[in-house]
Amino acid sequence: MALLSFERKYRVRGGTLVGGDLFDFWVGPFYVGFFGITTLFFASLGTALIFYGASQGGTWNPWLISIAPPDLKYGLGLAPLKEGGLWQIITVCAIGAFVSWALREVEICRKLGMGYHVPVAFGFAIFAYVTLVVFRPFLLGAWGHGFPYGIFSHLDWVSNVGYQYLHFHYNPAHMLAVSFFFTTTLALSMHGALVLSATNPAKGEEVKSPEYEDTFFRDLIGYSVGTLGIHRVGLLLALNAGFWSAVCIIISGPFWTRGWPEWWTWWLNLPIWM
Amino acid sequence: MLTLSKLSAMAALAIAGLSLTACEIGPKQSQQTGYRGTGIVQITDPQNVVSPGEVPPPPYALPAPSGPKASEVYQNVKVLGNISQEEFDYTMAAITQWIVPANAPAEQAGCNYCHNAENLADDSKYTKVVARRMIQMTQNINQNYSDHVKQTGVTCYTCHRGNAVPKYVWTDPAPSDGRLMGNKRGQNTPASSVAYSSLPIGTFAKYMRGKSGPARVISKTIHPTTANVQSVKDAEGNYAIMMHLSQSLGVNCTYCHNSRSFARWEQSSPQRALAWYGLQMVKATNENYIHPLTSVFPANRLGPQGDPYKTNCATCHQMQRKPLGGAQMAKDYPALLTLAPGGAVSPAAAMPGMEAPAPAAAAAAPAAAAAAGN
Repeated sequence: MALLSFERKYRVRGGTLVGGDLFDFWVGPFYVGFFGITTLFFASLGTALIFYGASQGGTWNPWLISIAPPDLKYGLGLAPLKEGGLWQIITVCAIGAFVSWALREVEICRKLGMGYHVPVAFGFAIFAYVTLVVFRPFLLGAWGHGFPYGIFSHLDWVSNVGYQYLHFHYNPAHMLAVSFFFTTTLALSMHGALVLSATNPAKGEEVKSPEYEDTFFRDLIGYSVGTLGIHRVGLLLALNAGFWSAVCIIISGPFWTRGWPEWWTWWLNLPIWM
Repeated sequence: MLTLSKLSAMAALAIAGLSLTACEIGPKQSQQTGYRGTGIVQITDPQNVVSPGEVPPPPYALPAPSGPKASEVYQNVKVLGNISQEEFDYTMAAITQWIVPANAPAEQAGCNYCHNAENLADDSKYTKVVARRMIQMTQNINQNYSDHVKQTGVTCYTCHRGNAVPKYVWTDPAPSDGRLMGNKRGQNTPASSVAYSSLPIGTFAKYMRGKSGPARVISKTIHPTTANVQSVKDAEGNYAIMMHLSQSLGVNCTYCHNSRSFARWEQSSPQRALAWYGLQMVKATNENYIHPLTSVFPANRLGPQGDPYKTNCATCHQMQRKPLGGAQMAKDYPALLTLAPGGAVSPAAAMPGMEAPAPAAAAAAPAAAAAAGN
């Protein structure tokens, strides 16, 4: 693969977290590092185990392949391989691969002398996943509360777990998460539309400067957060979406067992109405 | 002076504190009722368990069925005349203890709540006429709805629990007064009957009267057709009645359904069929036994639309999967287990001006209902 003219200046030695110089090299365009090795190990093992699980699952239909967690009766212990044990090992592999990848991002950030925004942002996604398959099952006392690894099966799990609380739209953290997800997409679409408009002027006109972009939004909503600020807003919205998703599921079960609509009776029972 | 950040920090703390007090802290119990990984699980908080309620012991040992019959000893015994006088007295003592126990309000205590103390055979009190019909209702449920009540059966106490009027009942809601402001249009009222959601609260009549239901709103085609003209509002009513079922049994939706397809019987748990029989039982009970008593009840025993208090799932279940925790109570009261021979007395015989109840509709199996396109 051809080396781009500016790539060489990013190939800085050092900045590794572990392993010193041992894995501090590139394969083609890819930085390896200690955590590149561990990512490769966990991702390969996990994927191989998913294929093994699929081979034992009775279908090769990619929509229907599912690696299910153990029965609740196994609690927080180990389950037999074909009765959820595979799910447990694959979960370890997934967390190993995700965390390795985040730490590899940290090493790259250190090499480039930039902030840790990218690994921190990825960390929110990892946090949401670990909440689903480790923290919540741990609090409920059984790995069987994790979600199954399958395209359709994980959607069925989401649906049923939602209906464990009768009407999940009443979950206050779910409300926040959904609002942040929608606001993220709204902000991204408006930002994208603005950039495309500014950079694709009418025939014969010049590309518009950020002053035009600011003016457009000042006209539209009375305020422009600016070219740098919109990316901060985007990050804030996206991370909140993931964070509140994790909160909305960890409170469902460990901290509330009845229908979510009923949770709001704390508001109806406030002494100010009495 | 407080800065904005201090103020917002305090507000955040206050909100966090309020949210925590609204939550259930401590370990939970889980029960898996479906295949692993499907999320078909009941999670309960052992610190917030609704007590199944105490079952009162029989008033005394059940007398032998020998001796003179009640109809030979007492007058105007129309339903329980076929049992021995001793068993009749025993049953009456039990019913008194179940409906109007000693700790009930003075005007509701003891035999005189139903009987004229001067002449126990007199039918002048409406409560006696209602009680007679309710005994037939109980017998009918135990004899004809074993698909739902199994061998456990029901007694008066299953619903009444020491109250003259059962605690969980429904009537048709007051009609809209036509206002624009503050008119909730029969919804947005967080009642326990809809699990405190905003769903419509007046849908019992749509699903729990004679020919009402079934609770089916899902279309079977991709595009809208005239085969299913049910609206979003119908779906909300359906959701509301399902909230009632869940709330009444203290279970979540996955107790009966796999939510990937609520309608498919083959993906539902056996409990859904049990619930289906229960709905048929409630419909027949309301239509054949309770509604015909409308003209017997005084005004203070009727709802805003003039219909009597009727049964739903909560009437018996009272937040338990099995009423009274599944206690085997009815076996101690054999007089309530089967319809008395020749005892099919219409309340109209005692109270003129009443319509005769329709014959009990035979309960078809849910599979048959499914085959019929439901």
